[in-house]
Amino acid sequence: MPKLKVSLLTGRTIDQGKGKEMGKLSKEYLESVIICQMDPKDMRSLGIKENTNVQVTTDFGSVVLRAVKSARTPHPKVVFIPYGPWASLIMNPKTHGTGMPSLKGIPAEVESAPNKKVPSLKSLLAQFNKEERP
Amino acid sequence: MTVVTGVTCPVCGSFCDDIELVVKENVITDVRNACAMGAAKFLNYATHRNLRPLVRKNGELVEASIDEAVKRAAEILVDATYPILYGWSNTSCEAIRVGVELTEEVGGVIDNTSTVCHGPSVLSVQDVGIASCTLGQLRHRADLIFYWASNPWSAHPRHIERYTMFSEGRFQKSTWRGYLSRLRGLVSKKRLQRAANLVLRRDVFAAPEVEHRLPYSMFQKKRKMVVVDVRKTRTAEAADYFLQVEPNKDYELLQAFRMLIRDEELDVDKVAGVPVEILEEVADIMVGCDLGVLFFGLGLTMSEGKLRNVDAALNLTRDLNNRTKFLIMPMRGHFNVTGADVVFTWQTGYPYAIDFSHGYPRYNPGETSVIDILCRNEADASLIIASDPVAHFPRKAAQNLVKNPLIAIDPEVTPTTLMADVVFPSAFVGIETEGTAYRMDHVPLPLKKIVEPPKTCLPDQEILQRILHKVRKLRRNQN
Repeated sequence: MPKLKVSLLTGRTIDQGKGKEMGKLSKEYLESVIICQMDPKDMRSLGIKENTNVQVTTDFGSVVLRAVKSARTPHPKVVFIPYGPWASLIMNPKTHGTGMPSLKGIPAEVESAPNKKVPSLKSLLAQFNKEERP
Repeated sequence: MTVVTGVTCPVCGSFCDDIELVVKENVITDVRNACAMGAAKFLNYATHRNLRPLVRKNGELVEASIDEAVKRAAEILVDATYPILYGWSNTSCEAIRVGVELTEEVGGVIDNTSTVCHGPSVLSVQDVGIASCTLGQLRHRADLIFYWASNPWSAHPRHIERYTMFSEGRFQKSTWRGYLSRLRGLVSKKRLQRAANLVLRRDVFAAPEVEHRLPYSMFQKKRKMVVVDVRKTRTAEAADYFLQVEPNKDYELLQAFRMLIRDEELDVDKVAGVPVEILEEVADIMVGCDLGVLFFGLGLTMSEGKLRNVDAALNLTRDLNNRTKFLIMPMRGHFNVTGADVVFTWQTGYPYAIDFSHGYPRYNPGETSVIDILCRNEADASLIIASDPVAHFPRKAAQNLVKNPLIAIDPEVTPTTLMADVVFPSAFVGIETEGTAYRMDHVPLPLKKIVEPPKTCLPDQEILQRILHKVRKLRRNQN
C-alpha cells in the first residue's frame, strides 16, 4: 500500500461541537469525530475513495478512520481530524516543558485501509481495561 | 408555556447572553438566537445522562446513594498522596472556589482545561503582557479584525455575528451584506467548477495556490477581516483575505510582520509559504487601521513553538501600538475557562497547574501540569469535574489516568464517567442551576436556572462541599 507523509492537524468542527452537546454516546458525535478530512488530490494519489477507511499513523500510535474530502481546498499533505477519543490515540503527549501536548502539525503517515474497521468507543475503552486496570 | 429571555449560553467562550428559551412543564421545547452547539445543548442535555450516583464494585459501576458515593470519593482522596483535581471549565466560579479549597485540604494538584488549551498563552502573557479590552469595545470600534489560527465559525459560531464583522457597532457598520454577496459568488463559482469538471473530466478553474494580490475590499474604508490559518476554513471563506501559512510556521510569519511594521526589509521571497509582497501589503493595512484586533486560537498554542508563537503575536501587537491602536485576545474555548483561571488566580495567585503537595500553592507548568504529571505516572488518584480527559488527553496520559482511582463529577455520560470508580451525576450549570461565569474578555455574567434538576442530581458546588466536609471528617479521625 502506498503511504503519504502528511502533517496532522486536530481541531474543532461545528459537527463535533454539536455532537458533543448531543451526548458523547450519540450517533451524531460518533459520526463527527471518526473522520479524517483530506485533500482530494492526496486521496487520489493514494487510491482512497471517499468514505472508505484509512489508517493514520504517528510516532505515538495508529488509528483507522473514515476518509472524507475536504470541503475547502487545496491543502496538500495536510490532514485534519476532529478532537475526540480517536484523534487522542495518535496525539503527541510531549509538552516541551509547557504543560501543553502537541496537537497540531504532527508528522504522520496515511495509507488506505479498506479492510480495517474503525474501532468502536467501547473497544477503545476496553483496551484501557485490558492493558492497565487490575 | 413560558419564554425565558436573556439566558446565557453555557457552551463556548463567546458566552452569548441573548438566548431565549421556551419552557413547557419543566422541559425546554424551543431555543431562539442560539448557534447549532447552543441549541443542541439546550434541547438534548437530558438525553445521555446518569440520574444516580455510581460506585464501582467488582469491576462494575453500580448505583449507590449520594452518601455512599461521597464517602467513597473522600476515602480515595484522603488515601491518595498526590491526587489530581482537573476540569473546572464547564462549571460555575462558585464550584471552582470549593474545588480549590478541597485541593488544598487533600494536598493535590488542581488544573483546569487551560492546560491543554490556552495554557501557553497564559505563560506568554505573564512573560510579555497583553494589550486587551472587552468585546463591546471591539464591536463598536474595531475596523481591522484578524483571526489567527482560529476558526470561530466552528468553535465560537456567533463570535463574528455578535462581536466583530456582522455586528452593528456604533462607529462600525456590519459587513453582513457584503459577505452574503461574496458567498453567492463563491457558491456559483463552485457550481460552475463542478459542472466544468464533470464535462471536461479534469480540474479546471482550480484556485491558484496563493493569490498574489489583495482583493479590492481590503483597500476600502470599511471593516475588514483577515484570517491566517494552515487550511481554508469556513471562517476563511467569510474573510476579506485569507493568508494560508504552512503548518508550524506561524512564528516565522508573525516575526516577518514585526520586521515589516518596523520598516525593516525581508531578504527572502516567501515567509511560511506567503510571498513577501503580500505580507508588505497586509502590514500596510495593519498600520493604517484605526483600531485593529488580533484574535488568536489554538493553532498558535498547540503547534511547534507553543508559547513562543504567542510571544510573537503579543509582541506584534505591542509593535503595532507604536504606529496605531491594536489589541489582542485569545479565543477561549469553554464558557468558563476564563473563570477557572480567574478563580484560581484570586485564590492561589496562579492561573492553572497549581500544586498544593507542599502545603502551599506552587506553580510550574511543565512540571505541575496535569499532562506532565500523568505522563510521568506520578498521580495516584484523580477527581475530574465537568471535563472529559479520557476522550481528549493523549493516550499515554489517559492510560495513566484510568489505572488509578478516578472520581468523575459530570451531568453527562462521557468516556471519563464510563471509566470512573465513583460517578456523581450533577445538575447542568446554566440550565438546572445558577452560577457565575467569565466570558473570554474577562467579563463576569450570571448563569440562569431555567428548569428544575432531577432530585438525585445536585449542583457541582454542593457535591464538592459534601466531599470536602467528608474529607475533613476522615482526616480529623485519622489524626
